[in-house]
Amino acid sequence: MSVPDTGIAPIAAPPPVRRRIPVWWWAVALVAVLALLSLLEVLTDANDLTSSGTIRATLIATTPILLAALGGLWSERAGVVNIGLEGMMILGTFGAAWWAYEYGAWVGVVGAIIFGCLGGLLHAIATVIFGVDHIVSGVAINIIALGATQYLAAITFTGLKGGGPTQSPPLPDLPALTIEPLADALGDVEDNDIFLVSEIAALLRALVNDLSVMVVIALLLVFVTWFLLWRTAFGLRLRSCGESPVAAETLGVNVLRYKFVAVLISGGLAGLGGCFLAMVASSSYRDGQTGNRGYIGLAAMIFGNWRPGGALAGSGLFGYTETLGLRQGGSSVHALLLAIAAIALAFAMWQLRKANRVALIVGGAVIVVGLPLTYVLGDALKEGFDGEGWVLLGLLVVATVVLVLLRRHEYFAAVLLVLVGLAFALLYFSIDEVPGDFTRMTPYLVTLLVLAFAAQRLRMPAADGQIYRKGTAG
Amino acid sequence: MNVRVLRLGLGMIAPFLALLISFGIISLILIAAGDPVGAVWDQILQWPERRNLSNIIDKTTIFYLSGIAVAIGFRMNLFNIGVEGQFLVAALVAAVVGGEAWVSGYLNTALAIIAGMVAGALYAGIAGVLRAYRGVSEVISTIMLNSVAVGLTAFLLRQFKGPQPEGSFIVTTKQLPESSWIPNISIGEGAATEIYGFIYIAVFVGLAYWFLINKTRFGFDLRATGQSMTAAVASGINTKRMIVTAMLLSGGFAGLVGLPYIFGEYHSYGSTFPAGLGFTGIAVALIGRNHPIGVALGAFLFAFLDEQTNALQIVAGVSPEIVKIMQGVILLTVVIAYEVVRRFGVRIEQQMVSRELERARAESTPPPADEKEAAR
Repeated sequence: MSVPDTGIAPIAAPPPVRRRIPVWWWAVALVAVLALLSLLEVLTDANDLTSSGTIRATLIATTPILLAALGGLWSERAGVVNIGLEGMMILGTFGAAWWAYEYGAWVGVVGAIIFGCLGGLLHAIATVIFGVDHIVSGVAINIIALGATQYLAAITFTGLKGGGPTQSPPLPDLPALTIEPLADALGDVEDNDIFLVSEIAALLRALVNDLSVMVVIALLLVFVTWFLLWRTAFGLRLRSCGESPVAAETLGVNVLRYKFVAVLISGGLAGLGGCFLAMVASSSYRDGQTGNRGYIGLAAMIFGNWRPGGALAGSGLFGYTETLGLRQGGSSVHALLLAIAAIALAFAMWQLRKANRVALIVGGAVIVVGLPLTYVLGDALKEGFDGEGWVLLGLLVVATVVLVLLRRHEYFAAVLLVLVGLAFALLYFSIDEVPGDFTRMTPYLVTLLVLAFAAQRLRMPAADGQIYRKGTAG
Repeated sequence: MNVRVLRLGLGMIAPFLALLISFGIISLILIAAGDPVGAVWDQILQWPERRNLSNIIDKTTIFYLSGIAVAIGFRMNLFNIGVEGQFLVAALVAAVVGGEAWVSGYLNTALAIIAGMVAGALYAGIAGVLRAYRGVSEVISTIMLNSVAVGLTAFLLRQFKGPQPEGSFIVTTKQLPESSWIPNISIGEGAATEIYGFIYIAVFVGLAYWFLINKTRFGFDLRATGQSMTAAVASGINTKRMIVTAMLLSGGFAGLVGLPYIFGEYHSYGSTFPAGLGFTGIAVALIGRNHPIGVALGAFLFAFLDEQTNALQIVAGVSPEIVKIMQGVILLTVVIAYEVVRRFGVRIEQQMVSRELERARAESTPPPADEKEAAR
């Protein structure tokens, strides 16, 4: 949920008509990202940024986040904030493990959806029928779901072979798809190490080699969600409940029923995400398996501007950064620091472009002079010289003074971006590897960074999070 | 009957009714799972022994601090889910500052407590600034900061590692000098029946919270902003600054949550430091409706359930995880009960008002028919 600015806005001019992004733009963006990453591999000593192993692991890491994000999308499009996604995912992991162990893999998938729906049902009863604050109810559901799962798991799995109170026995596998000749051929191309070509080959190879059917289902669900919500009457009504429930009810839409259904679907999708964690990402239920992915899914959906394609992009970003942190985290995340610095500086120039030419030249000069300085200083810090603390403190003071002095200036954002970019560059040059504790934080820090820079451009459903009571229309 | 009295009475009864309902739900769950219902309630509802009582009081102290920290945010419609991360960072900082012992005795204690509060406040302040100036929901950012705090404290702990006893796998910071410990209070025989001296600070925090919210201009601004952002803006409150200040305050109080352990029990911060206290605080604040006394009752209830279910595995062969279901169900039924009672109260009030109006109209205006007659 991005929070609307509370300053009382003057009556705004009609927003400029934005052209819709054509579909092929996504493919171009993907290739551009791959090109950037392979450029990064050339520039730094990281070599695991675009291997097919990384991409495969990214798909595995992305899918549960994506399913949670889609769950959040359904519910918030109908105007119900669902912070209980995490709990519904936890219920899903247990449901999948229990039924898959008892009745087989596909029944496990159904079990996960049903258990997720149970969580959704609770949320729907509390928020839609009783009008409890959405976040309060979500927090309660997370507490209940965690306790219920631990309690049920202790009853169900204790004493089974390979199981225990916090872990289920090994579960049956879901099928995976492999197109062998294609995978081999692409593998050859990937090994040849041609700039960009081998990266694209790696991506394609990950898609044809040992691809879990659940990943395919999740990607299909993105399309299904888009189609149902944006191309059917049902979807239009459901979204109208999130934009203006009063207007919807005036037109004869049963608002409460739509909200109820949306929250149920939301729970089912989150449960499916839990199923993925238990059955595909690992092969058994374990306590604490979800690891805040429900919340990250919610953040991915917000970052994706409450749209399915955006949610996919957001989940991909978080899945990718999580993967980098877990694989050769030290060097990969280190390379990522340079990428963040470059992106921040590029954005700063982009913002100054609108300003007058003098500002643009000054900004460019600061960057051109600043970058070598960070390199020299970073190198010196790496060697270890006396008084490094004082230098850093001095820089911090200068930066703070500059920011405070310019806080009302129209180029404040650009100045901030330049400073952030230089800070990341300094960080990049002053260390060789990122310590393990920090690489594991990568997805969370990226979430914060991305939201900090993107949140104000996003538009959430107008009545998102508001409690609606039947009969308040007219 | 006076409507206000009626509504107040309903508000008092609601949580107890909800408690009864949730006991019924728990019993159903136990029956469905095939666990002995009677034995479970026997164990939970028996009068605690002295030893258990001291544990309950200790936990109440900690849950109370956590609840108050969350409540400050709630009074302004800010959901500080991040008490969890804030108290971890703050406990680490307080333990490090206290362990360094730059000054001696209780001066060191005070310095460590302040350092912890400042650390908690600054950590919460990140979320506050992001919310006020970048429009990032504090719910998401504090949750992310919780996860970051886990890695951050692990990293910092290794940087500020104190001397370790031989063969110990637990990493801790330097021990606090004994002169800076807060002495425990004895409520019975033996060491097991002592409670944290920090309870005095918790009581003081409750009073300070009550005074700040109800008796100061700042508290008025805070509540006004919480009830209506637009009205607050119209009356000249700088809401952005209020958001940051409220988060700083909430984080400062959150900084106290882990300190009873530091000053009363472990005397250092270690890799086995208790977690999850921040989430309990959310539940406790909601049950207590952000009222200083209500939060205390909620904290006591949760501490009581926590302690009494410890022995369930031995006594009744039931997994003690049932306590989490119990706490969650109680939380949900209580908030639903509050909402139902609120709506009921509003409806009664509306009926009273319309009845009054009806009567007033009937008394003051002569029958309209006559009037028309006279006009002709």
